Amino acid sequence: MIPLSHYLIVSAVLFAIGTAGVFLRRNLITILLSIEIMLNAVNLSFVAFGRFAGDVDGQIITFFVITVAAAEAAVGLALVIALFRQRESLNPDAFTSLKW
Amino acid sequence: MPETIVFYTFSAVAIGASALVIGQRNTMYSVLLLIASFGALSGLYIQLDAPFVAMAQIIIYAGAIMVLFLFVVMLLNAPREDAAEWDRAHPLHHPNIGRFGALLATLLIVQLAWALAKVNGLDAPVGARTDASVGSVVEMGRVLFTRHTFAFEATSVLILVAMVGAVILARRESGEQ
Amino acid sequence: MEIYLRPVVIAVMIFVVFNALIMASAVLVLAERKIMGFMQQRYGPYLVGPHGMLQPFADILKLLFKEELRPKGADKWLFTLAPILSVVTAFVAFAAVPFGAETTIFGLLDEPIKLGVADVNVAVLLVFAVTTMGVYGIVLAGWASNSKYSLFGGLRASAQMISYELAYATSLAAVILLAGSLSLREVVDAQAGTWFGFIPRWYVFLQPIGFLIYVIAGVAETNRAPFDFPEAEQELVAGYNTEYSSVRFALFPQAEYINMVTMSAVAADLFLGGWHGVPLLTELGLGWLVFLAKVGVILFGYIWMRWTVPRYRYDQLMQFGWKWLFPASVLNLIVTAALVLYLDA
Repeated sequence: MIPLSHYLIVSAVLFAIGTAGVFLRRNLITILLSIEIMLNAVNLSFVAFGRFAGDVDGQIITFFVITVAAAEAAVGLALVIALFRQRESLNPDAFTSLKW
Repeated sequence: MPETIVFYTFSAVAIGASALVIGQRNTMYSVLLLIASFGALSGLYIQLDAPFVAMAQIIIYAGAIMVLFLFVVMLLNAPREDAAEWDRAHPLHHPNIGRFGALLATLLIVQLAWALAKVNGLDAPVGARTDASVGSVVEMGRVLFTRHTFAFEATSVLILVAMVGAVILARRESGEQ
Repeated sequence: MEIYLRPVVIAVMIFVVFNALIMASAVLVLAERKIMGFMQQRYGPYLVGPHGMLQPFADILKLLFKEELRPKGADKWLFTLAPILSVVTAFVAFAAVPFGAETTIFGLLDEPIKLGVADVNVAVLLVFAVTTMGVYGIVLAGWASNSKYSLFGGLRASAQMISYELAYATSLAAVILLAGSLSLREVVDAQAGTWFGFIPRWYVFLQPIGFLIYVIAGVAETNRAPFDFPEAEQELVAGYNTEYSSVRFALFPQAEYINMVTMSAVAADLFLGGWHGVPLLTELGLGWLVFLAKVGVILFGYIWMRWTVPRYRYDQLMQFGWKWLFPASVLNLIVTAALVLYLDA
């Protein structure tokens, strides 16, 4: 049997990778992909804890997180398309015209 | 024993693929590697006696959301990131930011390690307390439609709103070329 | 069964199913051309072997000996990955489909084994999930060819597949409501027996519209028959597999035929009672022959449809999927749910 801590470590590592991706990459789509990695890490830890506690609520929450992530990805990508149309670039540093 | 092998294989694939995702220049490769990572995570869910969540992950996440990402990457056809520009604009190359980031990361790791050391019981095997029927689809459906009805209905409204919003945001302005 | 024998049994099952699927795709190539020929009042392939029976082998040999081309601008990894993805998802989807009852193979084994590569308790979802992943093979083929026409062909094909997945899933949901389980084996076993002694309890009689919707959505999913505009573009402009040649090309039609077989097998399991229906054969443990016959009938229906019905134009295809088929399947689901609730409460 796999101890719970193993699953939590995998989840933590995935979350760290996702966070690193959001901070380090200068490409809007890769940033969105890193956000998806973070959401998946959280899903894994929810399901692990749910199984550990013998409750099905962990899976229910995961189900809702997946659904909300779908909605967020759709809107996020629509925004990326709209932004790309303005500046022809996917680099977040190209959208700094409001900076003072 | 085979359980441990399965767990380590899936975890290695998930972590390795995710690490490669954030390191690729070509966005298409990133998306495909992320699909591989989701497949491995789905395997982990099956090991955690959550078959419905595992299938939902493949159907929705790897099968629909990633197709959306793939379509956007292909339609935008953005040029690959310029290597020199990538290094020049890299935030970690700024000395102060690098130091501050390293300090924050160290603090976070120390805090996490301290918190984890305080908790006991995390070494118990998953699934020791109850059997596998807790994750059955019947049970999940029952709980989903009785206790979490409001969240379920709210999610459907959310998806509708997201769909309308995405269509409007990505639409070309009528006067534009 | 001893613990060391179980992997052997599974390996044998996988070997049998794998080879059966490859043979099936070869036989389907021949069957299609022969049936097409007979429908057009000619003989079809006739020269290779007796009555053209060895034609598929000739085709495969020809394809293997062709030159392997790869366009210069094509992405090296993705160009090879696309047909692999198509074929792998096609094979994996069939792994969850049971094709026979528990049998001891005429007493050779101590314990009965279930005929099917894997008995998954969410088999319906698994088949659907893996079929969804089949979209990637086409999308990547279109993209990796580095040609505008291939890209648009691939995007159109994948948009079509995604659109018809909705109707496909909703018609599946109606059957699951009736059966009360996601496991294909349990859905089949719920269709055993007869009403009034001679009408089998197949779900096609309870869900005629659902069956129709499922078959139409299945045909559109596999890019076949009246819904193959993205492929037929080859006759007009280009399709997603234009730049492919030899082995990489051969994998695409093979994936398509195996997808057809999987769709037919799932339809036979969900709507036509699987291996039930002929009590004599079921008692003898030969129910899988009945299953094969049903799958054969549906495959004949596929081929028949292709050479009879004219092709849909792409916008007509998408309109049909979104405006007619999906609302019809949702209505079917609502009516089924209402009837199940009303009649079982």
